[in-house]
Amino acid sequence: MQTSTVILFLLAMCVVVYNLGRKRSQVLGQRIGGYSLLHSLPRHYGYMAAAWAAIPAIVVLILAMSFEERWLAGMVAEQLPPEARELPADKFGLYYNQVLGYAQGMVGAEQLDATQVAAGDYYRRLADRFASAKAALAFLAALVGAIFAIRHISPAVRARNHVEGIIRWVLFGCSFLAVLTTLGIVLSVLFEAIQFFKIIPLSEFLFGLEWSPQMAIRADQVAASGSFGFIPLLVGTLLISAVAMLISVPIGLMSAIYLSEYATNRFRAVTKPVLEILAGVPTVVYGFFAALTVAPFIRELGESIGLSVASESALAAGIVMGIMIIPFVMSLSDDIINAVPDSLREASLGMGATMNETIRKVLLPAALPGIVGGILLAVSRAIGETMIVVMAAGLSAKLTANPLEAVTTITVQIVTLLVGDQEFDSPKTLAAFALGLVLFFVTLLLNVIALYVVRRYREQYD
Amino acid sequence: MSYNSTTAIQASLKKRYARERRFQWYGRLAVLTGFVFLFILLADIVSKGTPAFTQHFIRIAVNFDADKLEVSANPTEEELYAANFNGVIKQSLREMFPDVSGRKDKRALYKLISIGAEYDLRDSVLENPGLIGTKQEVWLRAHSEAGSYLKGQVDTQLDEADRRVKDNQIQWLDSLRAEGRTESRFNVIFFTAGDSREPELAGIKAALLGSAYTLLVTFFLAFPVGVLAAIYLEEFAPRNRLTDLIEININNLAAVPSIVFGLLGLAVFINFFELPRSAPLVGGMVLSLMTLPTIIITSRAAIQAVPPSIRQAALGVGASPLQTVFHHVIPVAMPGILTGSIIGMAQALGESAPLLMIGMVAFIMDVPGGVTDPSTVLPVQIFLWADSPERGFTEKTSAAIMVLMTFLIFMNALAIYLRRRFEMK
Amino acid sequence: MNTMTATMDGATDNQRESDTAEKAPLDIRDHGDVGDYETIGEPFVDNAKMSARTVNVHYGDKQAIKDVSLDIGENEVIAMIGPSGCGKSTFLRTLNRMNDIIPGCRVEGEITLDNEDIYAGNQDTVLLRARVGMVFQKPNPFPKSIYENVAYGPRIHGLAHTKAEMDGIVEKSLQRAGLFEEVKDQLDKPGTGLSGGQQQRLCIARAIAVSPEVILMDEPCSALDPIATARIEELIDELREKYTIAIVTHSMQQAARVSQRTAYFHLGKLIEVGETKEIFTNPRHQLTENYITGRFG
Repeated sequence: MQTSTVILFLLAMCVVVYNLGRKRSQVLGQRIGGYSLLHSLPRHYGYMAAAWAAIPAIVVLILAMSFEERWLAGMVAEQLPPEARELPADKFGLYYNQVLGYAQGMVGAEQLDATQVAAGDYYRRLADRFASAKAALAFLAALVGAIFAIRHISPAVRARNHVEGIIRWVLFGCSFLAVLTTLGIVLSVLFEAIQFFKIIPLSEFLFGLEWSPQMAIRADQVAASGSFGFIPLLVGTLLISAVAMLISVPIGLMSAIYLSEYATNRFRAVTKPVLEILAGVPTVVYGFFAALTVAPFIRELGESIGLSVASESALAAGIVMGIMIIPFVMSLSDDIINAVPDSLREASLGMGATMNETIRKVLLPAALPGIVGGILLAVSRAIGETMIVVMAAGLSAKLTANPLEAVTTITVQIVTLLVGDQEFDSPKTLAAFALGLVLFFVTLLLNVIALYVVRRYREQYD
Repeated sequence: MSYNSTTAIQASLKKRYARERRFQWYGRLAVLTGFVFLFILLADIVSKGTPAFTQHFIRIAVNFDADKLEVSANPTEEELYAANFNGVIKQSLREMFPDVSGRKDKRALYKLISIGAEYDLRDSVLENPGLIGTKQEVWLRAHSEAGSYLKGQVDTQLDEADRRVKDNQIQWLDSLRAEGRTESRFNVIFFTAGDSREPELAGIKAALLGSAYTLLVTFFLAFPVGVLAAIYLEEFAPRNRLTDLIEININNLAAVPSIVFGLLGLAVFINFFELPRSAPLVGGMVLSLMTLPTIIITSRAAIQAVPPSIRQAALGVGASPLQTVFHHVIPVAMPGILTGSIIGMAQALGESAPLLMIGMVAFIMDVPGGVTDPSTVLPVQIFLWADSPERGFTEKTSAAIMVLMTFLIFMNALAIYLRRRFEMK
Repeated sequence: MNTMTATMDGATDNQRESDTAEKAPLDIRDHGDVGDYETIGEPFVDNAKMSARTVNVHYGDKQAIKDVSLDIGENEVIAMIGPSGCGKSTFLRTLNRMNDIIPGCRVEGEITLDNEDIYAGNQDTVLLRARVGMVFQKPNPFPKSIYENVAYGPRIHGLAHTKAEMDGIVEKSLQRAGLFEEVKDQLDKPGTGLSGGQQQRLCIARAIAVSPEVILMDEPCSALDPIATARIEELIDELREKYTIAIVTHSMQQAARVSQRTAYFHLGKLIEVGETKEIFTNPRHQLTENYITGRFG
């Protein structure tokens, strides 16, 4: 039986149980002299009964589904001939995938050998049996829950509170998903990164000056192990982010100052949404713009004044990233500057300071912590930005501070290492997760500091 | 005030006002720079992408000779599928330019017509088998390079070795054009086909549908979960450590780089739960985790904005807190919640980095039929095309960007409209 | 709405009569428009430092000040009183053009400082505001050190050329504001760390550091406790020797204590002005009497 069919039947069952629960409460209510003597409305008893039926069934289904593939794979593998079982992990994966493909009807039998066909048939039988067992178990769980709930119904049972309690748990579960997501991120990158650090020592990763993750295909090749020094990536990332900040901070900050302190309301009402379009442009579009328009332009410009500029220069990626971040810096600065109380503006203007003296000597110093926080958030954005650098920055890790050369970044390497064919235990793939770990913690640190600084700043003027 | 300080201030005034004017100009300059960047970006893409919406066709006299097609006089469908339409096209071309000789020149001649033309020809014969044995003037799709010459994108001043359209091809195309045998049409195939290795045959339909499926999954996961989470945090959550932890997590997740969500999807959904790679299902799951913070934060703001009097009124007539929220608070907050969700969906629609991680970068020609079929999405399609060296793909990339941006503008306009209506109430 | 206007018009008629008649009884709910109106008392003085002539102020469509004419005499403290929204703060702010920074604000009429029109085209707000300083309702020290707070004005105006000169200005200003003894050991501490009363005296010190000729005070004590208020009031009395002071206050007692002349505003009109003693002992207009006897406010 298909999982979707099972779910449909379970839904139907819940409707039936709902009606039974309602009926039973109505019968009980009449017996004691009216519905109003029941603690809750009849439909609440129905909901309660339905919930009691649905929840155990869902738990059973989820458990079964999370173990299904693993269990099937184990059972099928036992049936395979020894020579298949002894294949190296990647070859075995391919072999087993063909079995799966056959079992699911996507690969024809003629392309496979007899043992695979046999294994595939066996898989199909097992899967059928497993699905029936799963369905039976789910229905049983639902039935037990329903019977228990319906028998439990009495006029004194606080069905409404009961149902609302369940809903509150669901609500809590939804918000707790945020914690689970963070946990999932940390565990998934940490787990793979630890595997990586078992092969490549942490010190080599953190302080190594060379990054060339090309692993040798044969063991006797030169440079058989590749090098995984993270410093060039860090320098490249920081170089591009620095260029981006040099573009976005002055323009974003000055725009915010101009719009909030000088511009007329009408000018602001038109200008702000237009500039915010820049924030809504997908990053892949910026990447395209950087790679096909800005980078060639900068190279030609450089060549015309006798500079040699790489075609994937850090400058091009940085400038475009800076353009992307302008509205971000602008709206953060705008919020921060507006949080400075008007009384300070008035105090300064009231003694004859000009507007720019007021801004430079009173508003900006007062807003400084908030602005620093905002810039940290922007830096964290720049560091984590992927598409622009994947499309417009280089692949080779060069340790340089010259923005005219091609550098690579953490995110570029994660993408290059993980896109395409991958074996899951090679240091190359694992390295991507180690980089992911670094990226996550660096941005987390920046965000936590920035959010803390900005919050403290706001509290100061609240 | 002493006379001294008045004169001192007066003396400094000129300089100070100059500085003030300068400062204001810096501000204007900054705003202007932002505008200029935006303008260049949009103009660049529109100018590059507009030609992609048209496509050139070349009219050729095709001889539907059964022998040449290697089919019987009354061919079955199966025969037609195996028929040699390619050979027929080549022969027709040779007949039109009888003086072309030599293998290299002939190959150059064949390259005027798209390799997809034979399928168009086959389809028209399938539709009308009576064509067999006749000679017809047929409009055939031009090859992307021939098309780019016809669109006037080829710089003929360039050295022949430096351009892909050679002198002899230019000559043939010019003569075809002089005879009125070329025509520019709206590029229908761009919207009705999947990806292709040939720029003139590539379309965005597969990617659009992939995006639609992915967004659908994202919406059905992120919207309910996000709204329920916002309700919990705004209306029911006790002030304790756990709630603080949840709030800190939401705020931080909003700033986590999107690629990290891709890593999560790869490690958890694909490697641990063994869900299919490249599928909109997984893509949608990853994007829903990514957009959840946006939806939660904006929904909370919308719920917060509901006046407490509504809650008190409902509670006052004996509704439970839960009934109060679901019957009274949420309906009032709904426009605000929807606004936030649309903005979150727009983010998800433009996102590509995490989808690269879960394998949605495959070359997909077929239009996906469901959420578990391998597919790609529009931004990733843009990424793939941007990487292709053919000039025809640059044009397609920009055109795909225009389509993507149109959707985004529409979504944001909808969000703004909803917010306006919400504010008016 | 129509009926509302009708009653208001009625009130106007009432008041016109009451001007000539002996303090006709007046409904305290009547905050209505007082219409065309001649100020009672003598708005003009011989030694005027600043004078306003038929000043009207509009915020967009709303008129906040109607035909106010008033002189502020040299080295006097003039108090402006009246119920909330009566325009007294607005009038104060027109005196150093602080209204300029409010969008949509329009000032008509003539205001002069030493017989120069401060709204004339060639007038310079920077210089004007340096000559006519202002102290605000809520103490608003900059988030800088005490020293930097006081030094801010002289610094932007370029009034001190050496560190020693600046030190001198800061010390003198703090002394005049009566704050020096309390803070002389902590000049580098942030000004925001002082108590409310000290902060307000710091703001006064900041204002007098650029040696203005007139100081405008907009309810300077409304955020302070009685002891700090008393201290500021003493200070105002001392400052009178060197400066001309216009103070807006909500407190009748304060007006009576610190000022020589008092102006009573009501709904944008200057109702009555005169010697403080006169106003408080023998108000001539019913509205003034109602206000100072606490029947509304």
